[in-house]
Parts: sequence; C-alpha cells; structure tokens
Amino acid sequence: MKLDLRLPIGLMFTIFGLMLVAFGLLADRAIYERSLGVNVNLWWGLALLAFGSTMLWLAWRARQRNASG
Amino acid sequence: MQQITLGGIDYAILIVYFVFVLGIGWALRRFVKSSDDFFLSGRSIPAWIAGLAFLSANLGAQEVIGMGASGAKYGIMTSHFYWVGAIPAMVFVGIFMMPFYYGSRARSVPEYLKLRFDEKTRGFNAISFAVMTVFSSGISMYALAKLLELVLGWNFHASVVVSAIIVLLYIFMGGLTSAIYNEVLQFFLIVLGFLPLVVIGLADMGGWTGLTERLSTVATNAGYSAGAWTNSWHHMSSPAANPMGVEWFGMVMGLGFVLSFGYWCTDFLVVQRAMAANSMLAARRTPLIAAIPKMLFPALVILPGMIAIALHVTGGGLLPVGADGTINYNMAVPVMLGHYFPSGLLGLGLTALMASFMSGMAGNVTAFNTVWTYDIYQSYIRPNQSDRHYLWMGHMATVFGILLSVAAAYAATRFNNIMDMLQLVFAFVNAPLFATFLLGMFWRRATGHGAFFGLILGTLAAALHHGLTLPAHAVIGLKGGFVGAVLHNYPSEMAQNFWTAIWAWTTCFVATIAISMITGRNKSNDDLKGLVYSLTPRLKDHEGMPWYKQPATLGAIVLGAAVVLNVIFW
Repeated sequence: MKLDLRLPIGLMFTIFGLMLVAFGLLADRAIYERSLGVNVNLWWGLALLAFGSTMLWLAWRARQRNASG
Repeated sequence: MQQITLGGIDYAILIVYFVFVLGIGWALRRFVKSSDDFFLSGRSIPAWIAGLAFLSANLGAQEVIGMGASGAKYGIMTSHFYWVGAIPAMVFVGIFMMPFYYGSRARSVPEYLKLRFDEKTRGFNAISFAVMTVFSSGISMYALAKLLELVLGWNFHASVVVSAIIVLLYIFMGGLTSAIYNEVLQFFLIVLGFLPLVVIGLADMGGWTGLTERLSTVATNAGYSAGAWTNSWHHMSSPAANPMGVEWFGMVMGLGFVLSFGYWCTDFLVVQRAMAANSMLAARRTPLIAAIPKMLFPALVILPGMIAIALHVTGGGLLPVGADGTINYNMAVPVMLGHYFPSGLLGLGLTALMASFMSGMAGNVTAFNTVWTYDIYQSYIRPNQSDRHYLWMGHMATVFGILLSVAAAYAATRFNNIMDMLQLVFAFVNAPLFATFLLGMFWRRATGHGAFFGLILGTLAAALHHGLTLPAHAVIGLKGGFVGAVLHNYPSEMAQNFWTAIWAWTTCFVATIAISMITGRNKSNDDLKGLVYSLTPRLKDHEGMPWYKQPATLGAIVLGAAVVLNVIFW
C-alpha cells in the first residue's frame, strides 16, 4: 500500500472520539433530553475512541512487521 | 419546520473531516506519475479497500436520504432494493463477470465493449455514460444543498461551492486512489455517524416489537393490513396490498434482475473500483466484500425512515407536511438527526451526511474523467499522444467535470422538468445494457452490429413502453402516456419503472440475438480470448487457497445470508 489507510482513519476517529468525550464531560446535561437522557456524546465518543485507536494499533503493528522483516 | 442549530463542536467536527479528506489527497499526490496511476490507481488497491470503496461510491447522499424516505413511505419493503436489488447482482459480477473485465485489461467499461464488440457500441456507451454521470452528480449536489438550506439554513451557493471545491481538490491531487481512500474513510464515517441514530431511535420505540406496533397503526391508518410496513414479502401478491404498489413478479424481474444487474454489473462508477484492485483475485473479491456491509445497510438507512414515520403518525406531526397534505418524506433522515442528536453527535451525523454526498460525487467525477479521457478524448479527439498529455487531460477533465456538475446543479434549480426528463432518458439507455453484456460475455456469436442495434432498439422499447403506459394518479406527460395513447395503467410509478426495464431488456436480448444471427462475426475466436466465457481458460489461481478466500465460497455465503435476512423479515 502506498499509504496505510488505517493511519488517517484511525487518527480521524481518535480525534472525533476525544472531541466527543471532552464535550460530553463538559457540556450542560440538559442537551441530552432529546437523546433519552443518556450522555450519548460521552458514550459514543468512547466507542469512536476505541475504533480509532484499534485502527492506529493495527497500522503501527503492520509498520513494525515491515521494519523487522 | 423547526430548523436545527449547530454548535461550535459540530462545526469543529465538520472541519476536522475536511482537513482529513484534503490531507489524504495531499499525501497521495506524489504517487500520481502516469495516467494509469491517475485513472486506475496503477491497479494497486487491496481487496478490502476496493470493496469498501465499491460500496461507498454507490452510497451517495441521494441513497441515504432516498432510502430513509422510502423507509418512511413504504416501510421494510424498501429492503428489496438491497436483498433482492443488489446482493445477487454483486455476487454475479464478482464471480462471473470480473474475470472478463479485469482479465481483458480494459481500462473502462466502454473499452471492454470496444474490445468485445466494436467502436460504435463503445461510443454509444461512453457518451451516454459521460453525460449521465455529470448530470447525476449535479442533481445530487442540488439535492444536498437544498436540504442543508432547509434544515440548517445554510446558504445554497456556499454549500455547492465548498463541497465542489473539496471534492475537486482531493481528486485533482491524488486521482482515483485519493477518491478510493476517501471513500473508505467516508464509509466508516457514514456507518459510525448513523449507527447511534438507529440505536437511540430503536430504544425510544421500545425495540423492534415496539416499532412494529406503532407501524401497524401507520399501516392501518393508510388502509393496508397491519404488517404492511414490517413484512417485506408478505403483502406482495397484489399491488393493491402494499404501499409500493408492486407485485412480486415485476419486482423480482424488473428490480432484482434487469435494473439491479444493469447497475452493479455494467455501471463504470462501481466497476472502476474493482478494476483498480491489485490482482484478479482481489478484483473478484471486491464486490463480494462490498456485499457483506451492503446487506446490513437497511438497518442503517431504512430504519431511521421507519422510525420517523412511526413518530410522525403516533407522536403527532414530526415530518413537514405540504399545503396539499402530502408528507415530505425526503426530510425523514435530517429530521431524525435533529430529533435525537444533541450538539456533538449532531456534528458527527451531519458530517456523515456530507461524507455520503462527497463519496457519491467523487465516484461520478472519477468515472467521468476516465471515460472522457480514454474513451472519448483519446479515441476520437486526440489519439496517439504521450501519456503525459493524457494525464494532463485527466486533470482538466476533473476540473471540467466538476464545473459541469455545478452547472447542472444550477440548471436543476431553474428547470426541474429538464432534470426529470434527463433522468428518464438515462433510465431508458441503462435498462437494456445488461442484456448486451450478458450476451457479450457468454455467447461468442454475438456481433458488433447485434450489440449496437440491440441496445438502440432496447432503449427505444423502454421509451415506447413508458410513453404508452401511465401510473395511477399521474397526468400524461413525463410520467408516461406521451406517445399519444395510454394502453395500460400501472398501480404505481415503481411498477411502471420495473416493467419498462423488463420490456427494454427483453427487446435488447432478442434483438441482439436476431441481428447477430444475420450479421457476420466481426471478431475471431482469437480476438475474443479473455473476453468471452467459452474462449477463456478457466482460472486456476484459487485452488489450494483457504475456503474463506475463494470467491465462489464467499459468494455462496453472501447469498445464503441474504436469503436468511429475507426470511426473517418475510
């Protein structure tokens, strides 16, 4: 591959995850009335963070393998 | 209708997304050295990337918005566009057709037609395809900008210009590779942006059971039996029993066979992604890999529409209603985003909507610049130039393709009828195409004259059938009856479209065979090696490979899963 696509995907979703988690921790709870009272920003932010960092880890592992072999 | 207001976090998410799509184009620009790199990614794309791009290029904003609208209007029957109208054709193109597309080394679908048949068949396909892609990307640009104006109060011109410039920049820099890489990024964004909507919506409805209950009210209010919105096949014995107004035979043959195979197997927009794969095996697996998420997409794009109509009917007027009392179904998905998403997640959802629009537009533009440069410019305008020259032309075609799309978007704002008419004409041109490819790939006796005149006659048959029939509650004009007499009335527009396709395909199939029988073969068996099934050595490279990597097993699993889904929601 010319560019390991998992890198930008992982990076973008990690950033989105961090943004949502931070916003979820800081924002007024009143905005969650429409999402059934659940702090969806926090929870979905954590999910995006997990997805993004998995992608980054896969890209990092592939790079390690290429470097050693 | 209440407008949605965005917060700073929502704009921040959108901007991060823009930075990433442009960044991918920037990172890939140094890999574009020849026209092959620009138009075909140097045939270097791994199967999983090609597969997700194959899916994403087709997943334009019109699909996300349109399927949500259909989900509200027709309920779960909309899933026929996936489980009947996509999966079988995707399996077919991967297993049976890709060996000829990829094996022939053709650089585009029209080029395959030239190798297999002759110059005039290619010219007809290339020109109609080029015009069609430009207009369809213009129409979807118009639809998106209109929607953003309505929902967010964004300026129409700003939406058109900004989205066009971003797509232009990333394709200009990195060519097809950039479009494909971004399509994969956009794929994940669309899935992860819409998934919470489905989860929250279903939780609010009390799960599938709760939704079914509410939708039975929707169905009985509309005069159908209780399950009409939640059973996909149960009410298809007669067109009067279901909101789509179609019966099973017309749906299976028209949508499941002619329209679906015509699109997935011959439309260069999607086939181009598989042609860019790094090996024959990867090219064959491309549509099969795409079929797996495609199968699950109804949950993502149709369910929000179904939840929207359930809320609208049982919770009191959520969707905007026009002066004449008709519901604006196209607003179903945007209204759902505003209804359930707080600031933050809302930014992600809207970014996903933008992503779907950009992936669809980039698909159109990359297909256009390739067909224009290889099949029109190189073939008829300036042949025998250096590769550098064609690479330059590809860049120019990207700019012109986007400018023409923008022009088409503005034309759509002024002449709505012209756009409807063009879409109708394209439907006529596309309907018979699969017959030509089927005969071309599996019958060596099919000739160039047979293919060309078969296509013309098939197109005419489509126009004639449409012009002689009329759907219920429609006035004579674009909807039908324009030939002068109405010989048959269809219960719905959809039923009429399906039957137009069936007539066009059958006419093309029969006419191509008949004309081929009376005209001489223009290609010898030697010419056709690698292009026709019986003259191509069987592929051996899959033997000894683990079963899950073999296209045939993968295809069988995908088909089996589609059958199971149909049965579950029967």
